[in-house]
Amino acid sequence: MIALAEATVGTELPALEAPPISRTTLALFAGSSGDHNSIHLDIDVAKSAGLPDVFAQGMLSMAYLGRLLTDWVPQERIRSYEVRFSAITPVHGQPTCRGTVLAIDERDGETLATLELSVTLSDGTVTLSGHAVVAIA
Amino acid sequence: MSVPESAIGFELAPVRSTVEAGRLRFFAEAIGQDSAVYTDRSAAADAGYPDLPVPPTFLFGLKLDAPDPFRWLLDLGVDFRYVLHGTQKFTYHRMAFAGDELLLRSRIADVTQKKGGALEFIVLESEVTRGGDPVATLLETIIVRHPELEVAA
Repeated sequence: MIALAEATVGTELPALEAPPISRTTLALFAGSSGDHNSIHLDIDVAKSAGLPDVFAQGMLSMAYLGRLLTDWVPQERIRSYEVRFSAITPVHGQPTCRGTVLAIDERDGETLATLELSVTLSDGTVTLSGHAVVAIA
Repeated sequence: MSVPESAIGFELAPVRSTVEAGRLRFFAEAIGQDSAVYTDRSAAADAGYPDLPVPPTFLFGLKLDAPDPFRWLLDLGVDFRYVLHGTQKFTYHRMAFAGDELLLRSRIADVTQKKGGALEFIVLESEVTRGGDPVATLLETIIVRHPELEVAA
């Protein structure tokens, strides 16, 4: 674990490797997150929309990436967190979450680190990219 | 059928939701959360929190606690099978905890199109408050595909 005060531009957060996404995970995430959209749960609905199978909720990957953040800083230090979803995550896809310190600025009496964030699958597909701003001092 | 620009400014019915500890534990299990701060009240207390914290992305689901939560999209003529989540942003003002009664107010901030209408973008802006105090601001882009227009475009 990198001490917050030692973070500099280029510091990489410890990567977080999620397990391969199972259909059970999709069901549990649907129930607990409140997103009951059946395109993520019911292969018949997916096929009716011309897709070969269900796919993971984007917010599941964003939640994994949120764990990367809260593993690094207490949550109250997160000022903002934003992502763009760039590819769907298929069933059995294995997301790896990464973060790098892109900039450190003084703002409103705080030292803020801007993090560049990504989630990639094992074949290199970037499913999600984004930024977070966290107070490090 | 495309979403009319007149939808911009449409306000969804406000949602009041009391955060349940059991739901937070269920969410933690689903995302493989291994920090006890998010599942164990005494660990949360040790971290200085009054109860289990609401994790960073959980607030996205608040609007889904409304009765018939996708009705506003159906009323706009959106076929839910063709909806994708494009972007999501959270700006945090203060943390929320199990037991908090949160109020969510959402409005359609923008509606745009690309590729001759084959892709529509609906921007939804939401404010989450607790007792009048701001908790978080959410901005999300919902992408609606229109496969019937993709060939023509």
